[in-house]
Amino acid sequence: MIITTKVPERREILKLRLWHVVRGSLLYLLIIAGALLMLIPFAYMLGISLSPNTYILQAPSSLIPTHPTLENYVNAWNENSFGLSFLNSVIVACGATFLNVLLASMLAFAFARYHFPGRNILFYGMLATMTVPTIVLIIPQFVLASRLGLTNNRFGLILVYAAGMAFGVYLLRGFFEEIPQELFDAAAIDGGGIFRSFWSIALPLARPALAAVIIFSFAASWEEFTWAITSTNDASLYTLPVAIQQYYSVHATDWGIVFAASVLAALPEIAVFLIFQRYFVSGIRAGGVKG
Amino acid sequence: MEVNRSSVSVGTRVMAKRRRTRTFRRLLPVYLFILPGMALFLLWTLYPMLDALVMSFFQWNPNPAATSPFNGLGNYTQALSDPIFWRAFSNVLSYTVITVAGQMALGLAVALLLNRKLFARGLFRALFYLPVVTSWVVVSIAFAFLFSSPFGPVDWFFGDVLHLIPDTQIWLGSTTLALPTLMILGVWKGIGWNMVIFLAGLQSIPAELYEAARVDGANSWILFRYITLPLLRPVITFATVILTMGGFGTFIPMFVLTQGGPLHSTETLLTYAYTNAFQEFNFGYAAAITYIFAIFVFLLAIVQIRVMQRKVEY
Repeated sequence: MIITTKVPERREILKLRLWHVVRGSLLYLLIIAGALLMLIPFAYMLGISLSPNTYILQAPSSLIPTHPTLENYVNAWNENSFGLSFLNSVIVACGATFLNVLLASMLAFAFARYHFPGRNILFYGMLATMTVPTIVLIIPQFVLASRLGLTNNRFGLILVYAAGMAFGVYLLRGFFEEIPQELFDAAAIDGGGIFRSFWSIALPLARPALAAVIIFSFAASWEEFTWAITSTNDASLYTLPVAIQQYYSVHATDWGIVFAASVLAALPEIAVFLIFQRYFVSGIRAGGVKG
Repeated sequence: MEVNRSSVSVGTRVMAKRRRTRTFRRLLPVYLFILPGMALFLLWTLYPMLDALVMSFFQWNPNPAATSPFNGLGNYTQALSDPIFWRAFSNVLSYTVITVAGQMALGLAVALLLNRKLFARGLFRALFYLPVVTSWVVVSIAFAFLFSSPFGPVDWFFGDVLHLIPDTQIWLGSTTLALPTLMILGVWKGIGWNMVIFLAGLQSIPAELYEAARVDGANSWILFRYITLPLLRPVITFATVILTMGGFGTFIPMFVLTQGGPLHSTETLLTYAYTNAFQEFNFGYAAAITYIFAIFVFLLAIVQIRVMQRKVEY
């Protein structure tokens, strides 16, 4: 093939290069401006949580506290039982994640590797429930929980969070399907049943997908608000989102403490995200957009 | 003959029975294996769904000792003639349309910018994703501060610095501005998610396509319009469907910031159903509202997929 583009002159090349540099820096400035815009709410949150309370109403213009102090954090932790809420959140999120991921991976494994009557109905029925916004379920779930005595109860929170497993089942099933059958045949010859195939072959191989599901499950339970505020009214059982919202609705303008508590609540999730970034991305991709 | 045939049929019956018991023996461990997960799922997802359906046909009384009179379609007809229901419906519709369009456009723009080789690209991607991994409660409260008046940063910047708005503009307490404020929050929180989805989509477009078009003298706009956009179509469909369900399902920012007010100006079907259930104890009516809502969202998702998955003609 003959390429028929004419050879540009030197000056034109220089001009093009210059244009390239100008355009590149403009786009870079645009990105920086956009990122700053995204960060403003976080910057205020952090700045105000580190400022003495008297400062807040004076200068919305300056983000960096002139006299940084941790007093809001100390107050939030001690006076408003945020410490207890933090503990509740840890217990509930860990318990729910454990139960959710264990049961979801068992279901996914059976759906992926075994043929049994009812398999498709169960699997696709489960997927179909994903289109129902979870909050639609809150009303009947509340009725059920009160019948079972599971309102105002950490275990009630754990069970409801753990039951939201459709996405995890979907993601893990795809992963389990791709494991070569020979690996399982070997285990079957040794006389192992379904549990052994699952526990000692499938699970170790699915570690990357499991990591994604664990992170998603943890994040979802950690930040869940609606079920928590609906089913608990005993302040000693509040999880962090509920505790923060309650404090905000009572002392709306006490921003220092509200934001200190918000930062404490947001940090674990953001830390998890920063450490396991690649799993977030792979999880989202596997969730629907392939390739 | 007779004897023979019956003995054959007895034989097959025995064999069939034996096969069935063998299949059962083989499958029993599998069923036992899925039992715990399935039980949890059925109890807390499927059963509540059916329970809500039943509830929606009754003047349902939360007290188990009291009787709940059957109401037929009464709750549904009540909803359809309830002006607040329609107000809530139109609110959630405009909230969804605007936030979905806004976050997709901005997310795509950010993805296009961050798909090139850039200094600190990973850092920028993480920054744009930060709102996604921060809980709704926390970001809602942050926005309550940003849009508070008279000392909030937005008031200060647009009022005292740029003089574009009155010195003390009320945002979340205003019947006209509360919903737009919630929309800004919704768009801001969703940009990062769209960025990730679109980055994945962009990376799946073969670079040779762009090179070939560039050799043919196509400019950036042509490349975007005739290569990027058509090839992102599956991603756009996926994002539209997911985001529409998300938009309709938005509850926490309204609950935390406005409680559906002022004067129902930020009422959505979910806040309205929630108030009806947990403040008015009209569980039947609330269940009917959520059912109308869920069916609408489900049908909309199907229509969207149908329309958007039509083959692209070149």
